[in-house]
Amino acid sequence: MQEKVRDLPREPEYRVVGTRPIRPDGVDKVTGRARFGADLNMPGQLVGRVLRSPHAHARLVRVDTSKAEKLPGVKAIVTRDDFTDQASEFVPAGEMLINYRDVVRNVMAREKVLYEGHPVAAVAATSPEIAKEALRLIDVTYEVLPHVMDVDDAMLPGAPLLHEDMITQGVTPAPTTPSNVAKRVEFLLGDAAKGFEQADIVIERTFKTAPVHQGYIEPHAVVASVAEDGQAEMWVSTQGHWVVRAHCARLLGMDINKLRVTASEIGGGFGGKTVVYLEPLALALSKKARRPVKLVMSREEVFRATGPTSGATVWVKMGAKKDGTIVAGEAILKYQAGAFQGSPVGPGCMCAFAPYDIANVKVVGFDIVTNRPKVAAYRAPGGPISGYAVESVVDELARAVKMDPIDFRLKNAAREGTKAAYGPKFGPIGLVACLEAAKKHPHWSAPLGKNQGRGIAAGFWFNIGGETSVSLSLNEDGTLTLLAGTPDIGGLRASLCMMTAEELGIGADKIRPIIADTSMLGYNFLTGGSRSTFSSGMAAVEAARSVIKQACARAAKLWELAEDAVTFEDGFVKPAGENAGKHKPMNLGDIAKIAGKTGGPIVGTSAINAHGAAPSFGVQISDVEVDPETGRVSIVRYTVVQDAGRAIHPSYVEGQYQGGAAQGIGWALNEEYIYGSDGRLQNPGFLDYRIPVASDLPMIDTVIVEVPNPRHPYGVRGIGETPIVPPMGAIANAVRDATGLRLTALPMSPPRVLAAIDAARAAGDKSLKVG
Amino acid sequence: MAKIPLSFTVNGDPVEVLVSPQQTLLDVLRDELELTGTKEGCGTGDCGACSVTVDGRLVCSCLMLGVEAAGRSVGTIEGMASADSLHPLQQKFLEHAALQCGICTPGILVAAKALLDRNPDPTETEVRYWLAGNLCRCTGYDKIVRAVLDAAADMRATHSAA
Amino acid sequence: MRYEAPETVEAAVGLLAGAAGDARVLAGGTDLLVQLKTDMIAPALVVDIKKIAETRRITEEAGGFRIGAAVSGAELKEHPRLKTVWPGVIEAANLIGSTQIQGRATLGGNLCNGSPAADSVPALIAAGAIATVIGPAGRREIKVEDVVVGPRKLSLTKGEVVVSFFLPARPAHAADAYLRFIPRTEMDIAVVGAGVSLTLDDAGICRAARIGLGAVAAKPLLAEEAAAALIGQPENDAALARIQAAVSAACRPIDDKRGTKDFRIKVAGVIARRATEIAFARARTR
Repeated sequence: MQEKVRDLPREPEYRVVGTRPIRPDGVDKVTGRARFGADLNMPGQLVGRVLRSPHAHARLVRVDTSKAEKLPGVKAIVTRDDFTDQASEFVPAGEMLINYRDVVRNVMAREKVLYEGHPVAAVAATSPEIAKEALRLIDVTYEVLPHVMDVDDAMLPGAPLLHEDMITQGVTPAPTTPSNVAKRVEFLLGDAAKGFEQADIVIERTFKTAPVHQGYIEPHAVVASVAEDGQAEMWVSTQGHWVVRAHCARLLGMDINKLRVTASEIGGGFGGKTVVYLEPLALALSKKARRPVKLVMSREEVFRATGPTSGATVWVKMGAKKDGTIVAGEAILKYQAGAFQGSPVGPGCMCAFAPYDIANVKVVGFDIVTNRPKVAAYRAPGGPISGYAVESVVDELARAVKMDPIDFRLKNAAREGTKAAYGPKFGPIGLVACLEAAKKHPHWSAPLGKNQGRGIAAGFWFNIGGETSVSLSLNEDGTLTLLAGTPDIGGLRASLCMMTAEELGIGADKIRPIIADTSMLGYNFLTGGSRSTFSSGMAAVEAARSVIKQACARAAKLWELAEDAVTFEDGFVKPAGENAGKHKPMNLGDIAKIAGKTGGPIVGTSAINAHGAAPSFGVQISDVEVDPETGRVSIVRYTVVQDAGRAIHPSYVEGQYQGGAAQGIGWALNEEYIYGSDGRLQNPGFLDYRIPVASDLPMIDTVIVEVPNPRHPYGVRGIGETPIVPPMGAIANAVRDATGLRLTALPMSPPRVLAAIDAARAAGDKSLKVG
Repeated sequence: MAKIPLSFTVNGDPVEVLVSPQQTLLDVLRDELELTGTKEGCGTGDCGACSVTVDGRLVCSCLMLGVEAAGRSVGTIEGMASADSLHPLQQKFLEHAALQCGICTPGILVAAKALLDRNPDPTETEVRYWLAGNLCRCTGYDKIVRAVLDAAADMRATHSAA
Repeated sequence: MRYEAPETVEAAVGLLAGAAGDARVLAGGTDLLVQLKTDMIAPALVVDIKKIAETRRITEEAGGFRIGAAVSGAELKEHPRLKTVWPGVIEAANLIGSTQIQGRATLGGNLCNGSPAADSVPALIAAGAIATVIGPAGRREIKVEDVVVGPRKLSLTKGEVVVSFFLPARPAHAADAYLRFIPRTEMDIAVVGAGVSLTLDDAGICRAARIGLGAVAAKPLLAEEAAAALIGQPENDAALARIQAAVSAACRPIDDKRGTKDFRIKVAGVIARRATEIAFARARTR
């Protein structure tokens, strides 16, 4: 069941926005015509393969490629010697920051290998068999070092050091000895210590989560071709081809304009394809070989060597009065960054208490390196982890003061004007509307069966705007072509056409949306931060308004009227005011016919730094059934309620809600990296890295709440990330409801749940409700 | 390594290629026949993105050697639509927005068609268990299942009207 | 790598026995191709047995069934009578992997891959299945529980290949069931697997029982003592509790990425008990 709840009356009424047309790129995708990263071949291309470290931590003493170079069919080999070292510089990558000094080392190890799977060399050869043989012939000398895999272990004195010069930032006075703690961050509001003194109930808990991978079904893939004059082109599956261009140009010492990057269709990214892995290697190989080089990761490489999100230890303490008012919240977040600094601990801290109006908050975060692949963004980076911890404690507080979990959250909910712990005051937001919609939803009052329980959790994500360029051309027959630059990861092109069509008073099918390559538009920041519908939409609207203005000006010229004497209405240019009716209205096709003689082609462009992105709050209800003899947790019912601002294409909004919830369900129940004591990954495949399959899930009901964002022409809020924030808390709360037991470690896999049930039974724990 | 001539039928058309013994059917379809609609998501039979039919039987093409397809009739996503229209499953996937990134879609469509060819009136549970070998990371499967059930209903109606 | 697809058993045996380097049998390929892709093996020769008629047939023989070693799980399921007579064996074969895997995976391959966690093997063991093996020294028969001697180690000698399985005739009131524990609902390798086959008398008392266990030892187990605990028992809480405890006691599992020792020991008992309940219920209707 899918439904909509509107905070404001349905005004204005839209013609196209809010309907459900078939997406313009859909036919290609259901027929197999659409081309993803590995689906393109260039004439003469070579096969690339990467040699990766088998050790979690070692000095990279020597990489001897001499035997491999002699193998017939090997056309190029690159190692660290082929990449210039980079000075330290932080740049944005989605909602995280990366540092070029770390990037050059992550794509190709320099002094050390820091995780199993870390690249040490790459080859390009005329066949996969020769490339494989070439890797075998490369002789690498490692000096193996002790490794450290866990966040808490990495903070202990005497832990193996990944970076011998790492001094913790954000601590005063600065430490004198290096450690694995890259930085400390802090967010303060009011006085947490004083706040706790007012509490009647104080609850504190420590939670542990495991790293999880974004799990996109399409492995990373790139085809690169560098010509003798240094001009290069690249076809790549990515969330941001301008960002890829920037990183590659930097690493290879190229002028940016020499590199033309085309984004293929992308088979999932969820944040994991906002960074570069293969791309600089493909370019470097192609430059040496003077032939195109295609590099595609195997599934095993994706798991061993691309960024998961952090595993973490999170301590949360919250205090409330008897009447349910939360008076203080405190948290310490320790997130692992993997081999190089830059976990999403900052956003994790910022999100932790965001759904609640709390006067006194103290959140401290630590960014810690460990011998695992460098963490990359994963849908609301950092948020689900702190959300799981806080929503679990909120659930306990609600129980302690004997309040219904929704009423408890309503009492403390952030509203318009609430000052968030991380700084800003919220504008109009939809948390209360979501809580009220959840309360009224039949799911909330449906009866539960034996061994079943129900949990609810709230979630939040900031959403971003950012640099965006589009171009809208009026074709000679009145149709339009829209070039945008944010790769479409799940329905963007449909929404862009719809907003543009709404502006122009025409059908969405009259506009063809294309995701352009980097040579065709000004800069576009990547698709991430739930920004593409918001930002490219805002730019498309601006471009459409420019086309309208130009159309009016041309008609005015033809009709010999002043420009302000002409108006645009329902797809037609008409004379206005006292001249109304004096000339036949002209549609865009008519305008296109006179474009040449009235000044030239009509093109609307927009190049903006989109501001005014507004947060999306949501609430999710989960029913679970626990098998007390095996510990298996099944999801028996699930509902997502979330504020979209305005749903341009409701089906794709629902799709984001359902998809994000499904990822959160996997994170809650079964997904985790399993490393051996040797620092090697034991489950680098979909067999033992267990994402939800079709039979694991029920239908996922959705409710689209609409509290329009006043700063977007169509009220849009980004919605893609919030849905992954509540599931772990909702499911942990449901398991608590079903069993009486609070599980504080993820995933809540059957062995963990069974162990908790058995321990409670053995101890005669009266809170145990099952078996 | 000497190449072996391989003849079989793809989507009703006879094809003849030279292959190495260790090339999988997936490699042959994508690299020798340039039919890139069938995808490699894992190479080990865990994700279903490479699903095709062989003599009507749903299989993972990454788990068959190309040479095993000799003389057989292989069906891929490229053969699903007819000359004049999309298959009802393809149409329903579009109407229900049962795809987001689309990488799993060819495999799921081939698998769903294999289900409906055998069982024209599956329950929701039967659809979910049949498709358990097709991973989707974007949709949470809800709209996919609805689209399959809706296509099945349409196809039953057309069949009884015919 | 050389690929051969002989049409007779003799030709296959000759190829395998005479191979200079590593030679592998290819049936469904759902294990072999994964091992090739992940570089676990690099055989010089692959012998595809699917053109050998004997490996692809299901025939009724001596009141029982002879199932070719290269018949796929999906084909087994489509046989009109097998699933009524041996529902446990059929459901075990059709729990392997996914619909796509079942379209290719075979009983012969599932056994000879030598994994202690293979799904169909506990059910075949419980059924008392006999494997017919042909090699350079001729034809012989082996009880299924004697084929696998350790992880990836078989009691077969060079050149031998399993060509078929014989499932014996069923008396009245006999039925089998297979259950496994996995963390998701599909797609996982069994953390524990239990196949149970029972014969009851007219009064519902168990007169014969066999229990096969998977993923709880270095090889699939025939749990003789546990099965003995059912003989002479009706289906009641005490008998079921005894089975659960006996199966747990029979387990000798390891800790690995799919489960810990303790978890396997505990859950094996639960799963075997539940499979026993299903077998009792089925046996009463036959």
